[in-house]
Amino acid sequence: MLFQDVVFWLLTVVAVGSALGVVLIRDLFRAALLLVAVFVAVGGYFVLLNAEFLAVVQVLIYAGAISVLIIFAVMLTRDVQQGNPPNRLQIPAVALAALLLAALVTVAVDTQWSFLPEGERQSVELVQTAAVSDISPETLEQAGAAGESAAQGVGLADLLIGRFVLPFEAVSVLLLAALIGALALVRPRPAPQDARASGAESASESAGAGAAGSEAD
Amino acid sequence: MVDLVWFQLLSAALFVIGLYGVLARRSAVLILMSIELMLNAVNINLIAAAAHMEGFGSFSRFDGQLIAIFIITVAAAEVGLALAIVLRMYRNRSTVNVDEIDLMKW
Amino acid sequence: MNCVLGPDNILYDTVLFREVYNFVGQVLPCWLSWFVAGFVIIFLLVNAVLLGAAAFSWMERRLIGKFQNRLGPNRWGPFGLFQPIADMVKLLFKEDLTPGTADKLVFLAVPVAMVAPVMLMLAVVPFAKDTALANLNVGVLYILAVTSVTSIAIFMAGWSSNNRFALFGAARGVAVLISYEVPVVVSLLGVVMLAGSMSLADVVSAQTLPFIIVQPMAFFVFVAGTAAELNRTPFDMAEAESELIAGYHTEYSGIKFAMIQAAEFGGVMAASGVIVTLFLGGWEGPAAHWLGWLWFLLKTMAVAVGFIWVRATFPRLRIDQLLALAWKFLLPVSLINLLATALEIYFLRDASGVLTRGDLGIMTGINLALMAGCVFLFGSLVREKVRPVAPGLPPGVTPVILPARESPARDLPAGETD
Repeated sequence: MLFQDVVFWLLTVVAVGSALGVVLIRDLFRAALLLVAVFVAVGGYFVLLNAEFLAVVQVLIYAGAISVLIIFAVMLTRDVQQGNPPNRLQIPAVALAALLLAALVTVAVDTQWSFLPEGERQSVELVQTAAVSDISPETLEQAGAAGESAAQGVGLADLLIGRFVLPFEAVSVLLLAALIGALALVRPRPAPQDARASGAESASESAGAGAAGSEAD
Repeated sequence: MVDLVWFQLLSAALFVIGLYGVLARRSAVLILMSIELMLNAVNINLIAAAAHMEGFGSFSRFDGQLIAIFIITVAAAEVGLALAIVLRMYRNRSTVNVDEIDLMKW
Repeated sequence: MNCVLGPDNILYDTVLFREVYNFVGQVLPCWLSWFVAGFVIIFLLVNAVLLGAAAFSWMERRLIGKFQNRLGPNRWGPFGLFQPIADMVKLLFKEDLTPGTADKLVFLAVPVAMVAPVMLMLAVVPFAKDTALANLNVGVLYILAVTSVTSIAIFMAGWSSNNRFALFGAARGVAVLISYEVPVVVSLLGVVMLAGSMSLADVVSAQTLPFIIVQPMAFFVFVAGTAAELNRTPFDMAEAESELIAGYHTEYSGIKFAMIQAAEFGGVMAASGVIVTLFLGGWEGPAAHWLGWLWFLLKTMAVAVGFIWVRATFPRLRIDQLLALAWKFLLPVSLINLLATALEIYFLRDASGVLTRGDLGIMTGINLALMAGCVFLFGSLVREKVRPVAPGLPPGVTPVILPARESPARDLPAGETD
């Protein structure tokens, strides 16, 4: 459909343009803001793909939380004046990226991606829309039975706490571990009193945590 | 819906841009941002494939979305930890440029 | 000609958009109808925010005046009702300054980034039965997602101004936003579980008993968290004028300042609307099918007045008190509320998963008792411990005892007042 195509290409301009900006711009703060633009655009793609829940989660977690963390890190490390210099691997990196892009494009274009005959495709799309909006049952019946199981079958939550409950719990344990780990890493440790005097010199040489902790205080 | 191949090309483009950022930049924060770009590219790919494969056998689009949810969760954990490490690094070495953090090199 | 939005379109649930599109589509070509319908929606949202902001700024100044035993704006129009218009004209004609060292592009984008979330938030709030601009099935989560973008706007403002007060304000504001987002999200889960849906319309129709009674803890956590996210006074560390001038918007003037202010005031109205929808029964009331919008408006006004009242009553918290409140009080309370609600639903629902009004009544009783216990228990965690001064002094510090001073008022010459 025309409307979805227009939205797709607009989003693509925003997403790819901002992504290029993220890796090319020297100002780290602006790079972080462009990253937010990429996240929001990716959320837009999710809406196009009938994944409203994922779109909202994308904005909530990526644009609302992860990017804030990144901006905090940019501010706290104060390297913005120095900017975002490229390293010596510039040319190999471009070559490798171009190579990978060529490979991916070849694979994507060459593979036969159609899974369903065209007629069934339509009805499946209608059922997908019906799952997220209030379409009358009559319209649904007209859609045919091809994708009926998709709308009335299991939802995301059923899968999450049904078949995939083990990974779900594992991920929650991972989150807890990450939370505690991050806290333990950034917490300034109480240093012994005598280490304070030599803290400034020794911190630059050794990554010893005790001395660094006294410097951070 | 837009054809699957366009989503895959888009995903490839974002992934490659992220890869370039990881390889060619010095700042650890920017490398993290590039990794996020790559993860987003993967998510687009997963969800697009899931949406297009809906109704193919017993496949439902939620199967793909589920993996995307796990990726987002792991990415959140990863960013939190990685930024904590970056802050630690900055406190100890006063730099976040990865080519100056060479303590483990020799 | 004869354009009709089919159910296979992703904008089909946007009821107002669909109606306008189908109406305009009878005379205009289809591609033009898209634009017309879109602009109608945008026009409504922009004006809802601006009108809400104007009404709230008048209400706030007037009521704060009453609370502080003075008049408030009363010159322009009856009861000073046209004061917001005068303010707007004044701000429009003020010089629009940009600091020379500012990051100009980001500085310019901030007002937009501030106003946009407020408008987006209003898009899913149902003003009356079937009258939301978009009835999303993830409405509650959508509101949380959209409002979380505000923190980035605050960061942009603080960073691009190149002013240390702005940066301090931004850092504080974002710390507060991050801390309060967690209890707000957890408190809303109870509401979502009770309603069995994240669509705001479903949440309203599930409230046979308003959720403020059934979920008192969630209500207070949500209101406190919202006040913090809106930088309202007991929690307004980000723009504490006695410490930080104006916080992150110190450098803004003229029309940009007006937009930030509109976002702030409009945000209070929008948040009040969300609170009404989630906890106070939304459009429900006598004769709700044709007077629903009136009940919604009245309830929203009442909640907004509540925000003003809180601002007039409570002193500002310190930043550590603020964060302690979020992590030591609101978060455990909201978690307990979540667990209690889940257990109550599990044991009280009938076979088809429906909760009757009687069930909700039982839950109300349990939750009120729980709330009393939680306030007692966790209140002691955040209570300030007043240390005795003399015995607790660290070794080596001698207390300085100031001579008793007479009241300064007595030193003033006769005839002058303080």
